[in-house]
Amino acid sequence: MSKIHVTTTVNGDTVEFLADPRETLLDCLRDRLGLTGSKEGCGTGDCGACSVMLDGRLVSSCLVLGVEAEGKTVDTIEGMARGDDLHPLQRKFIEHAALQCGFCTPGILVAAKALLDQNPDPSESEVRYWLAGNLCRCTGYDKIVNAVMDAAAEMRGAA
Amino acid sequence: MAKDEFNTEFKLVGTRPNRPDGLDKVTGRARYGADMTMPGMLWGAVVRSPHAHARIKKIDASKALALEGVKAVVTRADFPTGLTGEDWNLQENSMAGDVALYDGHAVAAVAATSALLAQDAAALIEVEYELLPHVIDVDDAIKPDAPAIRPGSADHSVPEGFPPNVVRYIDYGHGDLDAGFAAADLVMEKTYLTEATHQGYIEPQACVGQLGADGKGEMWVCTQGHWFIRQMCSAVLGLEVAQLRVTASEIGGGFGGKTMVFMEPLSLALSKKAGGRPVKLVMNRAEVLRATGPTASASMDVKIGMTKDGKMTAGKAVFRMQGGAFPGAPVDSALDCAFANYDMPAVYHEGFDVLANRPKAAAYRAPGSPMAAFAVESLVDEMCRELGLDPVEVRLKNAAREGTKASYGPTYNKIGLVETLEAVKAHPNYAVPLGPNQGRGVASGFWFNYNGDTAVSMAIAEDGTAQVSVGTPDIGGSRASLAMMVGETLGVPYEHVRVNVVETGALGINEPTHGSRATFATGKAAVIATEQAIAEMCRRAAVEWDIDPDAVEWIDGAAQPAGPNAGKFPPMKIGEIAGKMSTTGGPIAGHYEGFPDGVGVSFGTHVVDVEVDPETGHTKILRYLVAQDAGRAIHPAYVEGQFQGGAVQGIGWALNEEYVYGEDGRLQNATFLDYRVPVASDLPKIDTVIVEVPNPGHPYGVRGVGETGIAPPLPAIANAVAAATGQRLRHLPMTPVKVLAAIQAGQDG
Amino acid sequence: MVEINLWSGLRRFTDGELVVEVEADTIGKALDALIEKYPGLAPVIEAGISVAVDGEITTAGRNIPVRPDSEVYLMRRLKGG
Repeated sequence: MSKIHVTTTVNGDTVEFLADPRETLLDCLRDRLGLTGSKEGCGTGDCGACSVMLDGRLVSSCLVLGVEAEGKTVDTIEGMARGDDLHPLQRKFIEHAALQCGFCTPGILVAAKALLDQNPDPSESEVRYWLAGNLCRCTGYDKIVNAVMDAAAEMRGAA
Repeated sequence: MAKDEFNTEFKLVGTRPNRPDGLDKVTGRARYGADMTMPGMLWGAVVRSPHAHARIKKIDASKALALEGVKAVVTRADFPTGLTGEDWNLQENSMAGDVALYDGHAVAAVAATSALLAQDAAALIEVEYELLPHVIDVDDAIKPDAPAIRPGSADHSVPEGFPPNVVRYIDYGHGDLDAGFAAADLVMEKTYLTEATHQGYIEPQACVGQLGADGKGEMWVCTQGHWFIRQMCSAVLGLEVAQLRVTASEIGGGFGGKTMVFMEPLSLALSKKAGGRPVKLVMNRAEVLRATGPTASASMDVKIGMTKDGKMTAGKAVFRMQGGAFPGAPVDSALDCAFANYDMPAVYHEGFDVLANRPKAAAYRAPGSPMAAFAVESLVDEMCRELGLDPVEVRLKNAAREGTKASYGPTYNKIGLVETLEAVKAHPNYAVPLGPNQGRGVASGFWFNYNGDTAVSMAIAEDGTAQVSVGTPDIGGSRASLAMMVGETLGVPYEHVRVNVVETGALGINEPTHGSRATFATGKAAVIATEQAIAEMCRRAAVEWDIDPDAVEWIDGAAQPAGPNAGKFPPMKIGEIAGKMSTTGGPIAGHYEGFPDGVGVSFGTHVVDVEVDPETGHTKILRYLVAQDAGRAIHPAYVEGQFQGGAVQGIGWALNEEYVYGEDGRLQNATFLDYRVPVASDLPKIDTVIVEVPNPGHPYGVRGVGETGIAPPLPAIANAVAAATGQRLRHLPMTPVKVLAAIQAGQDG
Repeated sequence: MVEINLWSGLRRFTDGELVVEVEADTIGKALDALIEKYPGLAPVIEAGISVAVDGEITTAGRNIPVRPDSEVYLMRRLKGG
């Protein structure tokens, strides 16, 4: 099957790739662009490990076709830190031991950032429901929720 | 003797530093199984049986091979023959022979120049099957007239005349059972059922394998233990073990499920057939659920005698477990754990390992213990209710202590069960008043912990920093705990120690990160290796000072004369000794190869409050408390993480998770949508109490914390649901449908 | 002599004995002596077992010393998750 040329913006950089029309955005990020920070845990939109922002909207990149990224803006875990400066969520995840194996972590960080961008002061319950689409099998979510709440507080200047 | 018997003042042990691999893991840089690409790499795909039990009459790959870009197809015909025992089981599970034994069993594999092409080619491989009768449920599979899945696979333990699918039989016990039951005021006997659950790691199995015509190969793989992968792949493919070099990627969870091979040998077989090009194989979630290790399902009869003041007089457990189409259901460890919490004068255990047409079970966190805990701790609770006794007091009254003869035979050394029971009694959660439709459940659990083959090497770098090479992949922060123990021993900052998980070519054999052993066994080995390096540094200082090496001691990262008689020299710091090492005798290093002794068992007690919706049968967890004996917590945050993660896996097992099969023997719920693991909004905070009864067998008192925590949730939640509804559920999971039916049956009855 | 405690399923191979006395100063020698006395135990022991000596369980214990007063139990081989 012939491939389709896609031009898109990923983490602020203009990139091009050739995509098989059946390839997902996740496949293209990982296998065409070498951005392997987004993970595939299920391929059916159930686990959230592939969460990225597409034109400012949180999506499971395994449910988006690569060709759909044409002309759009994609933000992945690789673009979350600014150089050496980690996003407060990234820092708090390390400080709170909010990861064990770390496989779900990129998707959870992207999803949590999307929450804090629209709701800087979420309740614990709001954090839990927002992250209900991101599976973590290691932590029981306790320390993840703590890290998100603490990052939110710091970003509000309340910490 | 444990160090802490001399010293409990630690600089690092017990603190909560950032983990050394944290930055890589929050930035997406950490490389997991599927993140590796190699030059010239091909992609693989696997053809799997859609039938639970079927003879493979013919495999025709001609259409697949005709596709441009398809480089190799392998079937069982490409594997060596004549294997026996577990090697044969692994080969048979990697690729079906004459018969496909379960829905999802691999029958062929293909390698091509892209992932999509490999999948297209796999769909073109035609397999002709002849359906055979199948059996799924353990109580059906154990019947004398059940379809015989693999005649002749019973081992020496099975007496003549047993049903055809019983492949192992176990019976043991001690004390006078009849006298024990006769001495009881109440004897109860009930049957409990648990369904198969999956480890549910979020990272599917993934590897890149390369194998040349010269018999030399390489593999990159997500695994709990790459030496096991090396040995098992070599056995399945008939390779010389040392010719295969295996590197462990970062691992996205394992929980026991990544301690054996599934599709890994196929990547090597494909690579060899494709002229030695590396072949990447990545499972999708459906493959993970259909064809990698779930745990066993269990059918368990338990009988206990108790006096009216709560003393347990005798216990009998008869467990039937199916672990798929291969021997290996954890029925022996389940029985060992069944009454391990209790000091009982008479116990008897009987177990049946039964074949069924399901995937080969793999270890899952404290294998067998959760099922056993569900059965025994539920029955203890039923008896407490019947006799009007407090469940914590009854557990305290019967609790195993130092000197108790364990239900599995030997006498306990120092253990901490009583301390966990006292901890939950003293915790505020235990005193929260409950409202309508709410109930509280208590249960305790046990795991042995384990040591295993361990090789570690550590070395001092030129600037006095230290590197530690270990063979146990870091699943939950073990690099941090190892660096802390080495830093503590060496007297240097935590940040000066780098822990590397190295490839199989770099160390002697290591067992996986399993059995809660990484911090215990690799930790003990790393401390011993560090002590060797310290002794060498003391010797170098002694030569410099021209005094006896025995007159030098190591304090705070420096060699110092031991006492005034040794001479008067300023401390020689590690950086100074290291900087001069090339001129004072060369590299400074230490190593350990062995089987670290001194394993300490671990107990835990959980308390859960639930609210059951009488309209829907839905169970909500209101609050949850874990108290577990860690021995000593090296990094308390990651110890808490193990407690919380184990508890939540147990919550999933209790309430949601199960393998659902259709009449046709096909798995009905091979997606995360339908195989529902707990999500953040299902749960409250998981409160933890780290009980520390130091293990005298470890230099810092470590017991191992990974596994015990998954056992108590199953019965604790069942006990809480019984308290909330008045109805006892003896069949997990306690789905809303089952709970509602029980409530309605109770109202009708 | 040291007493080796067996699990009851092994009685089939030991003429009904649950506790067998053997002359040995290590686990390895004790296992060899057991097999010599009761050859039916050979496949069980060769298939892999754990041994508990004075309460501590190990799977790799051939050179672990045992004394006449040691508490020794044969157990099914342990695995972990």
